[in-house]
Amino acid sequence: MSELLSDNSAALNDLKDLVVSQLANEILESEIRYGELTIVAKRDDILKVLTFLRDDTGCLFKQLIDVCGADYPERPERFDVVYHLLSLKHNLRIRVKVRTDEETPVPSCVPVFSAADWFEREAWDMYGIFFADHPDPRRILTDYGFEGHPLRKDFPLTGYVEVRYDDEQKRVVYEPVKLVQDFRNFDFESPWEGIQHVLPGDEKAEGNA
Amino acid sequence: MSEQKIKNMTMNFGPQHPAAHGVLRLVLEMDGEVVERSDPHIGLLHRGTEKLIEYKSYIQATPYFDRLDYVAPMNQEHAYCLAIEKLMGIEVPKRGQYIRVLYAEIGRILNHILNLTAFALDVGAMTPLLWGFEEREKLMEFYERACGARLHANYFRPGGVAADLPAGLLEDIDAWADQYDVFLKDFDRVLTGNRIFKQRTVDIGTVSAEEALDWGFTGPNIRASGLAWDLRKSQPYDSYEDFDFDIPVGKNGDCYDRFLVRFEEMWQSLKIIKQAIKNMPDGPVIVENNKVAPPSRAEMKRSMEALIHHFKLFTEGFHVPAGECYAAVEAPKGEFGVYLVSDGSNRPYRCKIRAPGFPHLQGIDFMSKGHMLADVVANIGSLDIVFGEIDR
Repeated sequence: MSELLSDNSAALNDLKDLVVSQLANEILESEIRYGELTIVAKRDDILKVLTFLRDDTGCLFKQLIDVCGADYPERPERFDVVYHLLSLKHNLRIRVKVRTDEETPVPSCVPVFSAADWFEREAWDMYGIFFADHPDPRRILTDYGFEGHPLRKDFPLTGYVEVRYDDEQKRVVYEPVKLVQDFRNFDFESPWEGIQHVLPGDEKAEGNA
Repeated sequence: MSEQKIKNMTMNFGPQHPAAHGVLRLVLEMDGEVVERSDPHIGLLHRGTEKLIEYKSYIQATPYFDRLDYVAPMNQEHAYCLAIEKLMGIEVPKRGQYIRVLYAEIGRILNHILNLTAFALDVGAMTPLLWGFEEREKLMEFYERACGARLHANYFRPGGVAADLPAGLLEDIDAWADQYDVFLKDFDRVLTGNRIFKQRTVDIGTVSAEEALDWGFTGPNIRASGLAWDLRKSQPYDSYEDFDFDIPVGKNGDCYDRFLVRFEEMWQSLKIIKQAIKNMPDGPVIVENNKVAPPSRAEMKRSMEALIHHFKLFTEGFHVPAGECYAAVEAPKGEFGVYLVSDGSNRPYRCKIRAPGFPHLQGIDFMSKGHMLADVVANIGSLDIVFGEIDR
């Protein structure tokens, strides 16, 4: 594994230099970690970046492996859209990221990779990320008529509604979630490495009271 | 006579249809018996795996991966463990790697038996399914003897595998491998040259190499289209570089080629299994770092330190350094990947599961266009769809 990473890293470095020099205006950051190249692209230039990565002879990332969202609520632009590309020709992978928020749409990359269609629908369904000019912007995994975006960090694990079959109405009915016991979120982290525990009264010692 | 306007018929296929391989609801727009457009409605088996994983510690999340593609459970765990190991910089001991390879290949045979025989059933051949389940049962017994469960194994752990193989298991797997070719040869005789089977599959759902790339196909489906691409060869993980095996490649990319590629893969997996048993090294099966892997049961009963390690691991779990990585394995259905984001705590911050069946099912629309209704069934069967992983 380690030798594999090392002969990969030369090729990755070359790729990074190529991408950074060719797309200097479209790329915000680039780094190699854990033997993987990540670039952060400007949102409006994502189609240009992906088309370059697909067609340039030094890249030839012909295959879109995955598109997914990720939520970082503390950031002003809270969502990441993460594209994973694979080049069969050069046996390399690259990760492209774009940042966005709840309102700003990301250009849909369906014209570049047909496979993006369902992946973008999933990102919309799970996170509520808008994709501009998407050919079929429906929900995909959640129920018909579902409200909310379940993978957002502020969406509770238990959800808001539950379903059951009602024998009187002879159909499935939706009801607000009733938990028999409170939702338990165990915090096993040891106090001296994880969360900063603030004991009541501590602030007096620092003279902030 | 005034001209009649003929409207296309919309037809519902599934979700309760035996050929839908689970809970696929396909809305088909038909012009007579020709399919104009097919629109799969998925998500009927959505369980929110990715959300649940964010609320579990790293070890607690492993069993969710068994429940994705429940036909070959261990291959999924494999990708997840590789992702954690990549972030933590763990090197799995050689014996652990070989056991993983052995069980990943058993999983591949498990998957291909089910898929190929169910595919045959879809196009009208009943017998192979009955034969195949006999063999699957034997393989699941090997699962059971290694980890105690026939299906939901939870056997691969970050750093290796949960426990060493019991005495005599390797010999029994070897004995099974010696007689498995009888089934394969019978299966081959019944189906490969069968006229009815060929009429139903040859030139049905043809996918060119360009289309396969564009639609994100991986695994046997891209190999059937003529691209020799296999992660076990091109980006080997866990000692796959030590094994000698071939990658079967198709020519036409139709349903029949996908069948042939999977069939040949079973022979190759058999070869890998034999090599793994023959060259199985001695030594530990999981890293001997008790911050990641639990101490042995016997040790735990005697040593205070081991007891503390055991307690900490199964309550708090281990911490994974902050960062993100993508690890992929060649699962039987294609590239199964895990994109793992860690914030340095004991729980994954984000765990995206890249299921191979997801883009494959997406391709059903362009593959079925212009085909008959019965060919849609052949297409679904040949793509190897399992809803556990598509809906997550």
